[in-house]
Amino acid sequence: MEMNGAQMVCEALVAEGVKTVFGYPGGAIMNVYDAIYKQDGFEHILNRHEQASVHAADGYARATGEVGVAMVTSGPGFTNAVTGLATAYMDSIPMVVISGQVPQSLLGTDGFQEIDAVGISRPCTKHNYLVRDINHLPRILKEAFHIARTGRPGPVLVDIPKDITAEVAEFAYPTDVNLPSYMKVPKAKEEDVNAAVEAILQAKKPLLYIGGGAVLSNASDAIRELAELSQIPTVETLMALGVMGNKNPLLLGMLGMHGNYASNMAMSETDLIISLGARFDDRVTGKLSEFGKYAKIIHVDIDPANIGKLVNVNYPIIGDVKDAVEMMIAGLQGRVNTEQYNDWREVLARYDALYPQSFEDSDEVIKPQWVIERLGELVGEQAIITSDVGQHQMWAAQHFPFDRPRQWINSGGLGTMGFGLPAALGVKKAFPDKTVINVTGDGSILMNVQELVTASEYKIPVINVILNNQFLGMVRQWQTFFYNDRFAETDLSFQPNYKALAEACHGIGYDITTKEEFDAALKDAIAQDKVAFMNIQVARFEDVLPMVPSNGTLNNMMLPKIANPEKGEK
Amino acid sequence: MSESRRVISVIVENESSVLSRVSGLFAGRGYNIGTLTVAPIPNSQRSRITIATKGDERTLNQITKQLNKLVPVYEVVEHDEMVEKEMVLVKFPIEESLADIEALCGAYNGTIVNVGVSMFIGMVADEPARVRNFINAAQRYNPIEIVRGGVVAIER
Ligand SMILES: Cc1ncc(C[n+]2csc(CCOP(=O)(O)OP(=O)(O)O)c2C)c(N)n1
Repeated sequence: MEMNGAQMVCEALVAEGVKTVFGYPGGAIMNVYDAIYKQDGFEHILNRHEQASVHAADGYARATGEVGVAMVTSGPGFTNAVTGLATAYMDSIPMVVISGQVPQSLLGTDGFQEIDAVGISRPCTKHNYLVRDINHLPRILKEAFHIARTGRPGPVLVDIPKDITAEVAEFAYPTDVNLPSYMKVPKAKEEDVNAAVEAILQAKKPLLYIGGGAVLSNASDAIRELAELSQIPTVETLMALGVMGNKNPLLLGMLGMHGNYASNMAMSETDLIISLGARFDDRVTGKLSEFGKYAKIIHVDIDPANIGKLVNVNYPIIGDVKDAVEMMIAGLQGRVNTEQYNDWREVLARYDALYPQSFEDSDEVIKPQWVIERLGELVGEQAIITSDVGQHQMWAAQHFPFDRPRQWINSGGLGTMGFGLPAALGVKKAFPDKTVINVTGDGSILMNVQELVTASEYKIPVINVILNNQFLGMVRQWQTFFYNDRFAETDLSFQPNYKALAEACHGIGYDITTKEEFDAALKDAIAQDKVAFMNIQVARFEDVLPMVPSNGTLNNMMLPKIANPEKGEK
Repeated sequence: MSESRRVISVIVENESSVLSRVSGLFAGRGYNIGTLTVAPIPNSQRSRITIATKGDERTLNQITKQLNKLVPVYEVVEHDEMVEKEMVLVKFPIEESLADIEALCGAYNGTIVNVGVSMFIGMVADEPARVRNFINAAQRYNPIEIVRGGVVAIER
């Protein structure tokens, strides 16, 4: 069939099963918007900022596992999208972003709204394309989706000059991709898995170290089975929360900079790290030379470049986590003695009893940790939580009872403030029947706060729980610990009226200073079909603990003060 | 960890942005580029990029793995048993001894390739270490300009 390039884009999106596109129009992409106007194969959500469009597509992808799609214009539209691309890239999120470009006749002339999108996005995309021929467009779109979702997933940019979206040509969407130079998706080798299985059987203190790759590969069931079968204790990274489920007795918790005591001690003392889709990020390992000092390492990863990048690996397994874990289960079945690691688990249970994840509650002021725990009690399983970046993010990670993967959506690798609200919109579009809550800070929420308008217009009622400490709290915490309380540019006590701000955008706002108000407001917010701001005044100087200072060793944590009952403390 | 030198050939799809993908990877991840040459492979849609680099074992491993991840990269060859050549062109003032310099070039697999009114040009193609020696030896003839090419290599 003959059609123009703009129609080809729409046809390709429909063929890929795309239901929702997040975007923002402008000159160079107008042909495509004209085609969108004439079609009804997918819905388009007009965010109020391109960064938010990309985060929304990202949130949609994280919640569903499908490829998220965003669309932007050239120049500033594209540059606004870059933070979104980088955020998705760092967390390996499957996404296709389509950008308009100046017509080919103007390429390279510093034309109006011309910017080298392919050049700028090269380091923050898995791959990118500048389309130079209408006849290549169907193939490129097909390849973009294929590359985004296969192997180690990631965002792909397709930059399309305006003359190409106007040009007419024959369209047939390819059924196959022919990309001989694209890396084959590796399959775990039998002999590698066997070697790992033997190492597990030899180990006295093995530890399953689970990363975001486990979520991406939908390996949760398999990993739970592996843990159950072997009775090996587990720790999760920030990106893996929910994989084991918080009620699982084999889960110690999150490890790393703000991991709990038992998890970090387990990592310090294990003799066999079984890494499943984790990548030994510096926020997890602390000082590398001290990391897993007594351990051999099994490393399962779909990306060969992750293996041996930071630590020396004894048993590399290159392949999909789920497949590899299923092979491990087969290898261990009937061979592993579940009593084998009893002593090890007992040691860890004692560590956990010594310093459980705890905080000192208060009757005078709301503690941020209390908010998260209460949220867990009130909405728990049926909610999906997104987050921004800072203390609130860490408290959510530490205290919310995540019990399934894809229930916790946050920017781990790039740490992008402003991610939470637009990501929540993407999540809620995918799961309209779930309660979607963005746990955020009074700093982060103002980055992309314009999305309140989007939420109201499209009736995407997400709830923003603002842990308002009137600080850029996480930075303030570092200033307290490492800069002698010099609070350079972190005091946010000059505040907008958050309640009024929400209301001005046709949402609903709550100012909350007591626990009772919190309960009542949450109940009300869930019942409303409006976007909500729950502005909660929390203890200003609360710190996130435990903490392993940057480049410190995992077993050397700053810990919360523990109550001494003999001194009458509770 | 100690640094070692390595020559790698990257076989890539012959497309306009591929060189920037490869060189950008080196720049962004802080890998060293000693020399880089690129040319199409005859009778194919592919090009060969030859890079001389150095780094510790972990870095050299990463270079290969990260290059392999680039979509238009077909193959990365880490040369071990190779024949390796580099070219250099040197412009000398006409006052210098043509015969001496011709003999010098000859000793390094080269020759005089151009003689003009005020200058003449010698060319040498040899192993990188020998090219360095040649350049040292040529210094005493007051070279006006020295243009070195990058390394090309082929497995034995
Ligand atoms: C876009 C961006 N800019 C700056 C930072 C650095 N940063 C990390 S946490 C933080 C403070 C966040 O403050 P807030 O959102 O109020 O959360 P809190 O830590 O108080 O819970 C800052 C500025 C960042 N992560 N992202």
